[in-house]
Amino acid sequence: MGDERFADDYRRKRPPGAHSEVVTGPVSDWATDFSHLDPEWAADPYPIQDELRQRCPVAHTERFGGAWLPTRYEDVAAVAYDTDTFTSRAIVMSNFRPSPDLAPIGPTPPISSDPPFHHDARKLLLPAFTRSAVARLEDATRAYCHTLIDEFEGRGDVDAARDYAQHIPVRVIADMLGFPPEDGPRFREFVETVLEGVNLPPAERLAKMDKLFDYLLQQIHDHLENPRDDLTTYLLNAELYGSKLAPAHVSGTMALLLIAGIDTTWSAIGASLWHLAGTPRDRERLVAEPSLIPTAVEEFLRAYAPVTMARLVREDTRWRGVDLRADDWVLLSFPAANRDPAQFDRADEVVIDREVNRHAAFGLGIHRCVGSHLARMEMRVALEVWLERVPSFELADPAAVTWSGGQVRGPRTLPVRIG
Amino acid sequence: MRVRLDPGLCQGHGRCYELAPDVFGEDDEGYGTVLGDGVVPPGAEQGAKRAVANCPERAIAFEAEG
Repeated sequence: MGDERFADDYRRKRPPGAHSEVVTGPVSDWATDFSHLDPEWAADPYPIQDELRQRCPVAHTERFGGAWLPTRYEDVAAVAYDTDTFTSRAIVMSNFRPSPDLAPIGPTPPISSDPPFHHDARKLLLPAFTRSAVARLEDATRAYCHTLIDEFEGRGDVDAARDYAQHIPVRVIADMLGFPPEDGPRFREFVETVLEGVNLPPAERLAKMDKLFDYLLQQIHDHLENPRDDLTTYLLNAELYGSKLAPAHVSGTMALLLIAGIDTTWSAIGASLWHLAGTPRDRERLVAEPSLIPTAVEEFLRAYAPVTMARLVREDTRWRGVDLRADDWVLLSFPAANRDPAQFDRADEVVIDREVNRHAAFGLGIHRCVGSHLARMEMRVALEVWLERVPSFELADPAAVTWSGGQVRGPRTLPVRIG
Repeated sequence: MRVRLDPGLCQGHGRCYELAPDVFGEDDEGYGTVLGDGVVPPGAEQGAKRAVANCPERAIAFEAEG
């Protein structure tokens, strides 16, 4: 309705990217053939990362058209801070490298943008995600957590990932974007497309991505016809450098907020509950001492950081003793950085009252997770409500727990006994 | 005891104003600010020390007074 930006399908103008060969099969050597999709990595990546950190701190693979994996905190931080050598043009490693012609916006701004555009695009989002702004969502989040636990009535076993953790961020971000709450199950499908479908043939992956953007375009048209007080309407009206945002900027940012807001937080809540289900001493302490929960949340973020980011190498460079080629991927493993004994005392232990905790779960440098205050609020409230309502629980079947692979790791099946 | 914050390093993680709300505040974009002249009020020393020790960007520090 009167907004020509979305009148025709602006996506047809998308410049083509570069494809690499799909490589599957088990990892032969973690130092030279790593894959973050390997089931061994999904099940327990920490021993692999610890070994690499000692033996070969920057691992390599020919998969995904060539990629590197630094495992020391110092090296991960160096990549995060060096936005000249490492571009954010793409941040999810797959067999598709988007065209540099998408710059400066990139597919999902501002996470896919480099300076100086990045700063201005990010500035548009920051006010909605401050600690004070997200505090206004706390009561509704708490009430929603209670309704999820109400559903446990009469059940002896529940799935803490499927029945609890995953629903919380879906509901919160749907409310913020102004999407219908009943669309939640579709969001989970989109998350799988973006983050777990990374080794599909590029054409298949792009077709699935189109479904996500079809949905977003539908929401955009609905919001143009019925503007309301939410982030979608805000983005449609927002201006940068004196004009409204490019259509690909609006839909790309919506995609980012939807995807990045969901399975990251779901993973963090799930991993925390998994730890507490298997560690009665920590569970009992937090039940008795709820004021310790915010400190414990930081430790869960350190020890079970769900998110790994990616960068692309801008041009051929010698770095930390290895030869990086232009367009090689570099995985920014915040989980590996967070367990580096050179940075953290007792790095491999979960210490829920850890006082000094400079963890990197939300990244370092200019791309610090814009939703970090929201994620912290959701984690704290989710754990407070769970521990208040379900103070006693344990893993129903440790062998039945499954973890997602790829760049966001968390429990996807988590059966716990509550009765 | 006085704190200072380097706005060139701060990325808005918010650990400081969470751990030491009497010493640090947040601006409209979530970046940390030093309240008043940065002198740590009595009773807030412990929080200020934890804030300095937990900033992921090492953007805050104590400085010598006077």
